[in-house]
Amino acid sequence: MRPTETREAARAPVEDADVCVIGAGPAGGIVADRLAGAHDVVVLEAGPRFDFADRLERQERAIRPAYDRPDVWDVGGDRDAHSASGEWFYPLNHARVKGIGGSTLHWQGMVMRLHEGDFNSGSVRGVGPDWPIDYADLRPYYAEAERELGVAGADDNPYGPPREEPYPMPAFPPSYSDSLFAEACEELEIDMHSVPNARNSEPYDGRSECVGYGTCLPVCPSKAKYDATTHIESAEGKGATVIDRAPVQRLEHDADRVTSAVYATPDGEEHRQEADAVVVACGGVETPRLLLLSESTDYPDGLANSSGLVGRFFMDHLFAGAGGVLEEPTRQNHVGFYTSSCDQFYDDADADFAPFKLEFFNYAGPSPVEMALSGDEWGDDLLGSLRESYGNHVAMGGLVEQLPREDNYVALDHDRTDDHGNPVPDVHWTVGDRALRTIERANEIQREILEEMGADVEWVAGPDATGPAYHHMGTTRMSADPESGVVDADCRTHDLENCWVASSSVFPTSGAMNPTLTIAALALRTADAIETWL
Amino acid sequence: MELTRRDAAAALAAIGATGGIVLGTRRLQRDHDDASQTESNLLDDERIRTTLIAVGEVVYPDEVSGIEEFIEGFLDGRLNDSEHARGIRDATTELDDRARSWYDDPVADLSSDERDRLLREVGADSADEDPTGTTAERVRYYVVNELLLALYTSPKGGELVGNENPQGYAGGTDSYRRGPQ
Repeated sequence: MRPTETREAARAPVEDADVCVIGAGPAGGIVADRLAGAHDVVVLEAGPRFDFADRLERQERAIRPAYDRPDVWDVGGDRDAHSASGEWFYPLNHARVKGIGGSTLHWQGMVMRLHEGDFNSGSVRGVGPDWPIDYADLRPYYAEAERELGVAGADDNPYGPPREEPYPMPAFPPSYSDSLFAEACEELEIDMHSVPNARNSEPYDGRSECVGYGTCLPVCPSKAKYDATTHIESAEGKGATVIDRAPVQRLEHDADRVTSAVYATPDGEEHRQEADAVVVACGGVETPRLLLLSESTDYPDGLANSSGLVGRFFMDHLFAGAGGVLEEPTRQNHVGFYTSSCDQFYDDADADFAPFKLEFFNYAGPSPVEMALSGDEWGDDLLGSLRESYGNHVAMGGLVEQLPREDNYVALDHDRTDDHGNPVPDVHWTVGDRALRTIERANEIQREILEEMGADVEWVAGPDATGPAYHHMGTTRMSADPESGVVDADCRTHDLENCWVASSSVFPTSGAMNPTLTIAALALRTADAIETWL
Repeated sequence: MELTRRDAAAALAAIGATGGIVLGTRRLQRDHDDASQTESNLLDDERIRTTLIAVGEVVYPDEVSGIEEFIEGFLDGRLNDSEHARGIRDATTELDDRARSWYDDPVADLSSDERDRLLREVGADSADEDPTGTTAERVRYYVVNELLLALYTSPKGGELVGNENPQGYAGGTDSYRRGPQ
């Protein structure tokens, strides 16, 4: 890792750059890594380069009750000010990390492919748009993305989309509590299967196997869980320049091209990075925000916004869950990821019910150490309480698709500014009836399984208690029609010939699968398109 | 259940020695002028250790032994020149000051019941931990929870509750598959 003083000196723009990537998360990291070496690549990242040596301390913040989730990765303050004007509050700063690695620093690391029907929701399910690409177009990139991230999985999902080769690593074996769920599911004729993890089940790509810290979400101290620092460091090894703490303020442009990215540095200066190709890879909120901040006489409603759709169709996945207690030990909270899921009901989706998946948790109930730190007792009394509270919990989760709605959007809040005086993002979010109905349906199945196990169901996260899964999608949607989307099938903006978007913001629909593998696959495909263009 | 220096090493491996992070968020930025002791008023590290061991004997359950060795080993990794270590020294000194003021003796010389009562009178039982908060909140953070964190992120502390690979400890990927023993 380069010392700070070197990085300070290196904050000047790179001359004659071929590609400028804005954002050092998984999408930006993969594009940069793919194009580095053959091209001069510069990456501009708003947040810092975190020191890997600090990860145990960040883990301590994750465990100790004094710290909120955003504190773990220093999110918050004027830099990250935001608004939430919608019917449903959106807790944006719990949902992102700014820095080299982006939000993969705090993600759980679950990586599924979207199902074939997800690419054709309008045709197959009668709601939402079709993507301009099919599963077949993305299939080879999915396989490549699994190798790039390092995915542990098994081809045992009878409901998954077709795949042509094994996962790079064997799946994590089922947990003890999975075996308890399995008995009930067998009785109910519900199929369980393994779940792909972007987490090393054996040493892979120079990173160790998982050592079981149990705090995957929000920090992995061993780096067994993939994060995008891997691709950024690889890109740097090939000659890419990465400038951290360099938030891009706006994209300067003429009618057809982005001419430079104007970025600020900690010394208060502004710089202009010119490049032949520009890739906006800032996630589903900051990507549309940057385009909107780059308004001009050519683009009075925001850059690349001839369609008027920049920021529109913001989507997230909804959580559906239920949990309770058994009269036997369940061995929870040894690891921070789950090992079994169920896609059996996913493709029953239609206009009335959304696709959804079910997850069998390995971390139900309280973590003893977190409980110890927040109780009002100690000594024998505390130990007694911990023994009483820990040990027999079970829980299930699930994700539900949210349809794209034009009235869910990311806009600029002109009444509030960030640390550079720019209007902050306003996430205007609400949830429609189809998703709420589907949450109830997922809850029914979850409750059925738990009751079959003999569990006393203690909580249900239904329509009234659901929340976002922190997957920001849809705000620069992909469409073959320039009037119906912001980017084309190659993720290039319809308006500007040298500007691409690498992000879940291009998803026309969201499916109900965690988005990062699809982000990675699209990033690889986008890099190929840029390579061809260059 | 006997704790050893080796268990302390396991706890340190879990949560680490502190001090590396440049504290970045507003809530973590501490103004030493307000709450901290002057350097000359701080207990020396030997007294810090003695005091924390005395507190450990109260906040740890009776069925663990070897507390002195365990806490000594843990503090070897935590009492460094970091901001966090400074917080430990401050809060421990403050607690000891209260003991001398209210009981005419340092914490280490109080009976177990008196130590328990002192902690409650300071308010550390009902306070939420906060490294920049009131005396009660800082004693909770740097003294009581520092010790509880050490115990319950160690495999032996986890075993007390039935989880030999507690959150924060790198106990591998076998235990989650094992049924109850």
